[in-house]
Amino acid sequence: MNARRSTFLLTALLFGFAFLYIPILSVIVYSFNESKLVTVWGGFSTKWYGVLFADRQMLDGLWLSLRIAAVTATGAVLVGTLAGLVLARFGKFRGRSMLAAMVTAPLVMPEVITGLSLLLLFVAFAEVPFAPVPEQRGFTTIAIAHITLTLSYVTVVVQSRLSTLDESLEEAAMDLGARPLKVFLLITLPIIAPAIVSGWLLAFTLSLDDLVIASFTAGPQTNTLPMMIFSKVRLGVTPEINALATLMVSVVTIFVIVAGILMARQEKVRRRDVQMAQAAAGALPNRP
Amino acid sequence: MQPPALQWCAERAQRWGLRGRHLVIAVPWIWLVLFFLIPFVIVVKISLAPSVFVGQPPYGPLFEWTKDHYLLLKLNIQNYLDLGGKDALYLEAFLYSLKVAAVSTVFCLLIAYPMAYGIARATPSWRNTLLLLVVLPFWTSFLVRVYAWIGLLRNNGLINNVLMGLGIIDEPIVMMQTDFAMYVGIVYSYLPFMILPLYSNLEKHDVTLLEAATDLGATPVRAFLRITLPLSMPGVIAGSMLVFIPAVGEFVIPRLLGGTDSLMIGRVLWDEFFTARSWPRASAVAVLLLLVLVLPIMIFQRYQARESGGVAHR
Repeated sequence: MNARRSTFLLTALLFGFAFLYIPILSVIVYSFNESKLVTVWGGFSTKWYGVLFADRQMLDGLWLSLRIAAVTATGAVLVGTLAGLVLARFGKFRGRSMLAAMVTAPLVMPEVITGLSLLLLFVAFAEVPFAPVPEQRGFTTIAIAHITLTLSYVTVVVQSRLSTLDESLEEAAMDLGARPLKVFLLITLPIIAPAIVSGWLLAFTLSLDDLVIASFTAGPQTNTLPMMIFSKVRLGVTPEINALATLMVSVVTIFVIVAGILMARQEKVRRRDVQMAQAAAGALPNRP
Repeated sequence: MQPPALQWCAERAQRWGLRGRHLVIAVPWIWLVLFFLIPFVIVVKISLAPSVFVGQPPYGPLFEWTKDHYLLLKLNIQNYLDLGGKDALYLEAFLYSLKVAAVSTVFCLLIAYPMAYGIARATPSWRNTLLLLVVLPFWTSFLVRVYAWIGLLRNNGLINNVLMGLGIIDEPIVMMQTDFAMYVGIVYSYLPFMILPLYSNLEKHDVTLLEAATDLGATPVRAFLRITLPLSMPGVIAGSMLVFIPAVGEFVIPRLLGGTDSLMIGRVLWDEFFTARSWPRASAVAVLLLLVLVLPIMIFQRYQARESGGVAHR
């Protein structure tokens, strides 16, 4: 019976991963296709990469999107880490449940709603003097919208990291007279560093990928990479997009794997340190 | 050694009973109120504004000072009446979106459950690799992954070429711009969102429970239905909400893979806004969409609060 269950699960995994990966692999294979007819194999060629790198507009879009993503990820980490810290460590306070609700809602909110509502906010701001938002929509408005969207992800990652770790280290530092800021910088921050790194990467990717919210909040002159891809794809399949997709997939794969290895290694070191500290504490005489 | 200005601020803050703690709470709180909550209030406001087709922005004011010093508040509910009456287009789009999202959620669940279960039962070293494989597509561009399906599903695409090459079919099957393509796209894109919460639930299950059930004579199917499935319901609900709610408002996938007649509400909203330039009507659609989704969002939030907040506060 058990063997039959294992076979079933193995088949499910195999088909599931085939479903997830065949489309991506097909894009990679066809990016090296000589033929302009995307689905006919005309021999190996890297000419679509040449076409891509000669496409000025596309590269401008990529550069803009990368800059927005970097600003977004940094902003989302700053605000999101604070939110995660507050939700996991600050106990009960007035407005806590509201903060929790506002943090989780963007995770599932349909993008068209978020995009439309933020655009209307920016338009309304344009009439208010001294409003903290520029009159011209573009880089800044997209970044603000993306921070609002992605800080939820950072918060969830940081919060779940904090809730799996017990507070004794932080409490011990407090007992020894460290001020809260010092405790945060010296103890909490190093512990949640892996969560902050993955939160930053997550926010970066989500921002780089977003079409809908950017379309609503961008000005008429702003064209991010997803907006360029979307307008090209709408007209039909273009081999250039295959090349771009392959590059994006390769970069992300390398990044995720390297980050995964680094974080696993750091986690191991941290665990060993904690074990050693506990062993040392246990060796102390007459510990209550 | 603090600069005097900072010192002054600190003293002031202390006099008001403010501490660093308040500041830390205030930053995310104010950000979210400003950029998440207030925008919804504005959407509701604009949904009640009259449409103006000349000038920018394309809507009129709600408040007006009259000559004899009255503050006039005019609410235009025409935008909402339009949604219900005239042609049933909007109502149909709403129902159709709910149906598409529900069906996609069920298919995601059917594919994701065995996968998550398989990963949870794999050896620990395999588990991390498999999880990474689930997450990896999620890190790569969503737009590119949807685009990849165009290459597979087209009339002269990979699937049709393979089937014709094998002699299974003579004529290409039309798949692009059909409901089928749209369902494939949605299930494909949202699958990781279903697998991850299911996995994190199934991974925590105590295997000895199943062993006990088997020892007591339960068949594996019965043991699964009576133990694993009920225990995994929080994961099922979380995953389903993560798929269902955004899928109702999905725009990109229906636009790129679906047919011209597959009018999902996200697409309707987009067209009202960008093509018809009727911001008040688009806002009315958004308000109704939000009302439809309030219940699922609340279910999702309750689950989230229990998962993350509950642990921290015991």
